[in-house]
Amino acid sequence: MCLAVPGRILRVEDRDGTLMSVVDFGGVQKEVCLQYVPDADVGEYVVVHVGFAIQRLDEESAMRTLAEFEHLGVLAEEFGDGFEIAARQAGVTP
Amino acid sequence: MKYLDEFSDPDLAAKLIAEIKAITTRRWAIMEVCGGQTHSIIRHGIDQLLPEQIEMIHGPGCPVCVTPLEIIDKALDIAARPGVVFCSFGDMLRVPGSDEDLFGIKSRGGDVRVVYSPLDALTIAKANPDKQVVFFGIGFETTAPANAMTVFQAKRQGVENFSLLVSHVLVPPAVAAIMESPVCRVQAFLAAGHVCSVMGTDEYPPLCERYRVPIVVTGFEPLDILEGIRRTVAQLESGRHELENAYTRAVCAEGNPAAKRMLADVFEVTDRAWRGIGTIPSSGWRLSPAYRDYDAEHRFSVTGIHTEESKVCRSGEVLQGLIKPHECEAFGGQCTPRNPLGATMVSSEGACAAYYLYRRLEVTSV
Repeated sequence: MCLAVPGRILRVEDRDGTLMSVVDFGGVQKEVCLQYVPDADVGEYVVVHVGFAIQRLDEESAMRTLAEFEHLGVLAEEFGDGFEIAARQAGVTP
Repeated sequence: MKYLDEFSDPDLAAKLIAEIKAITTRRWAIMEVCGGQTHSIIRHGIDQLLPEQIEMIHGPGCPVCVTPLEIIDKALDIAARPGVVFCSFGDMLRVPGSDEDLFGIKSRGGDVRVVYSPLDALTIAKANPDKQVVFFGIGFETTAPANAMTVFQAKRQGVENFSLLVSHVLVPPAVAAIMESPVCRVQAFLAAGHVCSVMGTDEYPPLCERYRVPIVVTGFEPLDILEGIRRTVAQLESGRHELENAYTRAVCAEGNPAAKRMLADVFEVTDRAWRGIGTIPSSGWRLSPAYRDYDAEHRFSVTGIHTEESKVCRSGEVLQGLIKPHECEAFGGQCTPRNPLGATMVSSEGACAAYYLYRRLEVTSV
């Protein structure tokens, strides 16, 4: 949960007066709120924490970090099913 | 050097380590504040690659670990009530309360749901107007803007069946509390990069000055951490105590102005109890009066909470950097990720869990 992951903005839309987007994290796509980085455009990279963009990031840094996270298996934990992860940890079937 | 080839750029890692070795002339104790950094340090064996004189002390920056037991017990009480949908980040499911955890509530039929973003909980609230939907709003300054925006949107859109159980904690007061402790051994800090992405760096120079301690804003990847340590040791060796930003690609001095404005509107500073540490003055945020109606603690009067920590768990000492996880008698035996006695064994950012995952074979054979 504490992780912030860089991703590339694929689409931007206004939803109920809130600036939302779809962001790609090395193949995993999530809805991300852009209210805190409102001038970020489609194609740009942002640092995303719990569904909110908190800063922009240059493409080279973003690609490097994503490759590192994928290599470490961090993305699976961040975007995986929370119940499955907890159940595995507890040693039970969810 | 067994881990060095796992670095994304082993040559740069070797160069940074060599530089740190070259400038180190005496013993130094450096605290990494953030649990994400602790995880990275233990996973990559960064502490074992450093000169023997450099000790990394693991700090209290794991929000899952420091969320007070009383709030966990309140969460469990609320989540078990009929008509409540209790939403949380996945990390909180197995954090032990006095008697059980959220995972247990769920398996007994409670409606506990894991969400990726707090806005997902708001969506659930809109889709279930006959239910009370509560989001467990924990975390440091990095997470707070997400929770602030969600409460702001709930109020703006008139979603009255939504509320937030808030237990936000703040880094700078924790740094001050660590330095004020009579048993403090910390001589320098790696500050948490993404906290500063939101808040900027203005709060840190006064701490550097008051406690004569270097603070280096540091990222989370292994090379970021080595660079943060290199800059910290350079300051220590030359007798400087300044704020430095070693994570400029994601941190600027002013932080994120839009997020800071929202935080100032939705939250106000409060004293906060830290699990295992105790109450630190002005070290947390709660909802400001304008948003008090959305505070789950007000909406659900939870009384009769009698908290009881495990008697053998020493996670408080681990969180204060006083002992390393494997120095606790329960580590790896009574206390494992499967049967955690303390929150530091649950979260992947907790020091005990990191030692268990990556070090238990080494540390138990010592």
